Amino acid sequence: MAIFDKFQHLAATRQALADSGIDSIHVVMDNIVSPTEAVANGRNMILAGTNNYLGLTFDPMCIDAACDAARAEGTGTTGSRVANGSYSGHVELERELADFFGFRGVIVFSTGYVANLGMLSTLTNPGDVLLIDSDCHASIYDGCRLSGADIIRFRHNNVDDLEKRLRRLGERSANTLIVVEGIYSMLGDRAPLADIVDLKRRYGAYLLVDEAHSLGVLGDRGRGCAEEAGVIEDVDFIVGTFSKSLGAIGGYCASNHPELDLMRYASRPYVFTASPSPSIVASTRAALKILCSRPDLRSRLWQNAQRLYQRLQELGFVLGPEPSPIVAVRLESKEQALALWLGLLDRGVYVNLVLPPATPDGGCLLRCSVSAGHSREQIDTICEAFESFQSWEQTAQIA
Amino acid sequence: MQNIEDLQEQLCRILTPFVPDGLDLQAETDLVADLDLDSMKVMDIVVDVEDHFDISIPLNILPDVRTIGDFVLQLQTLLKEEA
Repeated sequence: MAIFDKFQHLAATRQALADSGIDSIHVVMDNIVSPTEAVANGRNMILAGTNNYLGLTFDPMCIDAACDAARAEGTGTTGSRVANGSYSGHVELERELADFFGFRGVIVFSTGYVANLGMLSTLTNPGDVLLIDSDCHASIYDGCRLSGADIIRFRHNNVDDLEKRLRRLGERSANTLIVVEGIYSMLGDRAPLADIVDLKRRYGAYLLVDEAHSLGVLGDRGRGCAEEAGVIEDVDFIVGTFSKSLGAIGGYCASNHPELDLMRYASRPYVFTASPSPSIVASTRAALKILCSRPDLRSRLWQNAQRLYQRLQELGFVLGPEPSPIVAVRLESKEQALALWLGLLDRGVYVNLVLPPATPDGGCLLRCSVSAGHSREQIDTICEAFESFQSWEQTAQIA
Repeated sequence: MQNIEDLQEQLCRILTPFVPDGLDLQAETDLVADLDLDSMKVMDIVVDVEDHFDISIPLNILPDVRTIGDFVLQLQTLLKEEA
């Protein structure tokens, strides 16, 4: 039993949540009706916590492409590309992504998590330095740990703080990889990339930007925060995922460095993971075409995001620092967060419940993610559910 | 070169906002068990300590830091390297 002893505090936390009628990990979607609707726990639910930014998971072109590929090439590759070889779809997808970003090369990984693990652990080794924004995603922290390089954090989105740390490194800044995200997953705020690029140039460091939440969301062509900031050519590595705007699963790294291709031989997470299945590659390629040809989806996404952010702000909720497709509602206590999350579920709205230590500053969050697939009525229903909680809470207090 | 006692005193000052009422900080004070700090809070404190001493403190030291005394020893080593 000894190896399980360390999980006892988790068991206690889970039991306490279960006693309150909450088991957020085990909400079962019995029937997925559309990108924005499901039947969960026997009731109709508006999905407002999916990261399905462009709403492409039910797009007929993507579904047809996935079905055709599965019929033509089978359900899986059953091994890594190093061992089993590449399918033509893998190579085509990499070429199409490289063209999309205007970069020399792209490597496709099996998940976004593996993309960060594979790139960070391989690009840097003991003796190198990783300078990471404190709000970076767990996959970045894990990739950094696997690298053996020195990991130094700077305060979230604080350019002065980053510069202070670069200055302290002295000559080591030439062996330093700065790691930031385009849009941060918890609060939905974006990185000040123009300033960060300026610093990385002045100190001779490298820059990796994780655009997981900004692909298809920011930039004239949907290429992300670096495109929006006008610095895409100055970013050394762009990492991202297919599991959000592109509605599938998988990850990538794009770069102009010719050495990128060497990662295929050196990156253990790449070498030792089975490659993406034909259906995934096919639906991702179809979704990328849609992302490029349908800027109206991005416009609709932002209309929905602005509407939700503005309405919740008017209702008096404390939100993340700027409007974005991630609308984070900040709450003072765990009890308040749990009660509101349950209240929303009761009213047919599913959002993400995020508790410390997964939150940036030890607070509690109800994290909404908006989709281009949401109708105006659905956004209004989400707002009404939040509004009704306010009166419900007041009623409870009076009672 | 700062001695262990000076370093511990400075570190304890930085930790003050996280100390439960009535707890006297000692070298043996456990950051997690006694101060109830989670992993994020510990990493935030590392950033504060970096700025206080104007040095780089890699997170890689954290597996070897359980108590205030452990932290002080790591600090002493890093300060020696930077000198």
